[in-house]
Formats: sequence, structure tokens, C-alpha cells
Amino acid sequence: MNATPPVPASLAGIASRPGQPANALEAPVKIDVNALNFYYGPKRALDGISIQIRSNLVTAFIGPSGCGKSTFLRTLNRMNDIIPMTRVEGKVLIDGESIYGAGVDVVQLRRKVGMVFQKSNPFPKSIFENVAYGLRINGLVKSKAEMADRVEESLRQAAIWDEAKDRLHDSALALSGGQQQRLCIARALAIRPEILLMDEPASALDPIATQRIEELIYELKKLYTIVIVTHNMQQAARVSDFTAFFWLGRIIEFDRTDRIFAAPAEKLTEDYVTGRCG
Amino acid sequence: MRKHADAIFEFVSLGALLVALAALAALVFDIVSDGAGRFSVQFLTNIASRNAEQAGVYHALMGSIWVIALTGALALPIGVAAAIYLEEYGSRSRTARFIELNISNLAAVPSIIYGLLGLGLFVRLMGMGQSVMAGAATLALLALPVVIMSTREALRTVPSSIREGSYALGATKWQTIWNQVLPMALPGVLTGLILALSRAIGETAPLITIGALTYIPFAPDGVWSKFTVLPIQVFNWVSRPQPEFKANAAAGILVLMVLLLSMNAIAIVVRDRQQGRGRI
Repeated sequence: MNATPPVPASLAGIASRPGQPANALEAPVKIDVNALNFYYGPKRALDGISIQIRSNLVTAFIGPSGCGKSTFLRTLNRMNDIIPMTRVEGKVLIDGESIYGAGVDVVQLRRKVGMVFQKSNPFPKSIFENVAYGLRINGLVKSKAEMADRVEESLRQAAIWDEAKDRLHDSALALSGGQQQRLCIARALAIRPEILLMDEPASALDPIATQRIEELIYELKKLYTIVIVTHNMQQAARVSDFTAFFWLGRIIEFDRTDRIFAAPAEKLTEDYVTGRCG
Repeated sequence: MRKHADAIFEFVSLGALLVALAALAALVFDIVSDGAGRFSVQFLTNIASRNAEQAGVYHALMGSIWVIALTGALALPIGVAAAIYLEEYGSRSRTARFIELNISNLAAVPSIIYGLLGLGLFVRLMGMGQSVMAGAATLALLALPVVIMSTREALRTVPSSIREGSYALGATKWQTIWNQVLPMALPGVLTGLILALSRAIGETAPLITIGALTYIPFAPDGVWSKFTVLPIQVFNWVSRPQPEFKANAAAGILVLMVLLLSMNAIAIVVRDRQQGRGRI
């Protein structure tokens, strides 16, 4: 068990990657989780999760289906609240403040912690309206011009502006799967969250669309703290700075991504990343 | 042997279907042959008269339209709000389950019971008199269970991914329901409403019970006006001894059937649009 981030002896591997902060481990802790348990009814789905997720880096969760990585991701913006008969124990701090404390405004939390889902879920409205929705319901813009600016800015950030700019008022459902997923990313970015949770954002996409999403993640981490769940270990290796390996509701190992894949400390991790189990 | 049983079963099923269709066809044929001769523009624009040749359904038709429009206006918001509560807010609680069970039961209550309730509650206690409002309120009670059940069905078909997408953007529960869930459920809601109204438009018993009149010398001019409706006018004509009035009754039934079929056609169009949207 390696539940807290270890301090590696050398940072050479991280520093050599382009676009990387010089010292990833000096990045401030954005999300601090301590001894988190989660229950669906009587069934415990997460068991003593502790992890520190650092600012402006990409943290990947890997592990077999049903190991709890999606469930854990959804505890970070309290998305599990809408599932009946669920229960959380333990502490989740974002910027030092408990998100499960009394009097926490879940709506405010979700504005700060955006989410992109496994299956792209654009609203059955126009492309423009999909992005404008979050701005509108949260009362974040004052004028039509400001709305148009924010929508364009979000679509540009999600690298879909060029494909969408001539059809902003067409149905979002007419976009391809990859475009829909980037639209959903744009929609999440529009309300300017600080953290972006991505639940297998590319699992339903073809390799080219997947590559675009990965490039996008690489760009977005300059502005956002990103947590991504993925089934695809190559993807975790390509996009993330840190990787947590989940197994049966626990974090077996959490370390720099290059170490998880090159020299894992746990036998189980090694078996999984080399494809011998899971 | 099993093959024979199969063929026999198919034959019997087909026979049952043909019997039902034949009965319906005979009914329609009978009505059309009796009433077609009286069916004309004048029949729609003339008012009730002692002279069968000059009698028309204008007042009854206008009464039906007033009552049904008002019934819809009452049943839609109340039914949708009740369904939203049951489906989105209270669906897990014991009380909600108890209410749900009783709504299904209400849908099976004979319409005359609603008439008695309407007479006691709306006409007498609330002092609405024998008005369009009292009639519409009574029929709205009749339509509510169907509207509530079909709205819940429609709300259930909205995928949870849409709700989650909305919540993830910082929407409140009400914003999610109002902006995302209800618009997607709307075709299903409207289909249910129209089907409930097409049942209500043919109702005679509850309206006679609350005292809608069989002869009215004017079309309703407001919700507090007295009124009559098509089925009551038909009932009135059928009960007269002269054969000319029987023809009028048949023509009145034709008017009612055309009204009903067009409402059902609207329901089908609306439902097809919904399915089309689901396919995208």
C-alpha cells in the first residue's frame, strides 16, 4: 500500500518532458483526500482512499472495471449525491476546505470542479446553447456580447472553434462523436472551473479523435488541474504526470506516471500495467 | 401436432381481431349512413331547434371546445407538477409510493363518481354553478391520473446523462428539470394530455351529473357561462321519438368522432416527433 504520494529521489524523468513544470512535486496540493470510504447501500465501493492531487498537473486513475476509480472521481464534485442510498465517510479537501462539510453549497462546488463524462452528453440544443447554458444558469455574463465572447473562448480552448464557428446554431447532435466530446469539454470550461474531472473521456472515440482529446488535455493542464479516469494504459502514460492504480476499491499505488509504468513498487501494479492481470 | 396448434392459434387470433374490427366497421358504417345526410356546414353553424331539419350542433360544439380547452389548461400544469414531484423529488418515499398506487386506482374510477364529486365540490361548495369552469374542473380531475402517469413515463425516458451533464455545470435541481428534463419530456407529456382529453371530450355522465343543460340557447361566452356539450346534445336527440332527430344524433356523433380522430392524430404526430428526436 502506498496511499500518500512518495517523494522520489530523482525528478529527472519529469523535468525532461516538454511543457512540464520544472518540479512537479513542488506544485501545490489542490485536492487532499484522507481516508475516504464510499458505500452504495451496504456495499463498500471505496475503502480508505487517501491521495493528494497537485495543481496544474494531470493525475490519471487506472485499474480494472469496477475498481472504484469512476466512483472516486465522482466523489470529487459530489456527483454521487444524486444517486440514492449512497454514503461518504472521510475527508475531501479542495484548496484546504472540506467539500463534504456542513453548509457546503454543492452548486458552487460543481462550478469549481467541472466534469466531462465517458459518453458525450450534449444537450439536444444548438452548439451555442450547449456552451451558453452553464453561463446562463449561473448568471455569469451580463450581456449578449459577453455571452458570445465567452462561448467563443470556450470553444477555442476546447479546440473545436474552427469546426463549429459556422454552425453555432445547428444542433449539437449533428456533430461527430469526437466533436461532441470536445463540445462537452468546452461546455465544462465555459464556467471557468479550477479542476476538470474526466471520466474516460476518449473511451468511445476513434484513435484520431482520441489523439485530439489527449493533445487538448496537454494544453488544458496549463490552466486547470485535471483528473482523468482511463482504461487505456498507454493513454495514462501519455497524458498524465501522476498515476494512481485502483484495485477493489483501494489505491494500491500512487506515484509519478513514469515510475508506475517503468518501476512500480507493488507486484499487483506491475502485473496490471504489463497486462498480466485485470 | 405442435405445428397444427400453432396454425390454429394464429387463426383464432386473426378471427378475434376481425370480429373486433367488423364491429367497429359496422358501427362507423351505421353512423355514417344515418348521419351523413345531415352532415353539412349548416349543421355545424346552426343552433339546436325544435325543427329537426334546422337543428345544428353549434352551441354544443362550442361548449365542447370551451370545456376541453379549459380542462387541458387545468390538467396540464397540475398534472405535470404532480408528476415532477413524484418522479424527481419524492419517488423513494413511502408516501410517494402510496400516492402513486392510488393514482393508478383513480384512473379506473367510473366517471360518474367524478361527476358526483364535481357536483358536491365545484358546483355547490365552491359555488361555481353549472358553469364551463365547473365542468372543466370535473373533467380535469378525470384526466389528471392519465396526465400524471404519462408525464412520469416521459420524465423517466430522459437519459440520466442529460441530468448529470446539467448538474455538473452547477445547475440546481429545478434548473435541470426546467431547462433540460421538461423540454425533452414535453412530446410525451403532450401525447398523454391529448389522449386524456380525447377521453374527456366523450364524457357525458359526469357533466349531466353536475347539471350541464341539454338545451342551451347560446354558445358559452366565458368560463362562468352555462353550457352544453356534444355528447349531451347527442343524448338529447337520441331520446326523442322522431326519426329525424335520430339522424341528427348520428350526425352529431360524426362531428364528435372527427374531433376525436383529429385529436388522436395530433397525439400521433407529436409522439412521432419525439421518437424522431430520440433517434438522432
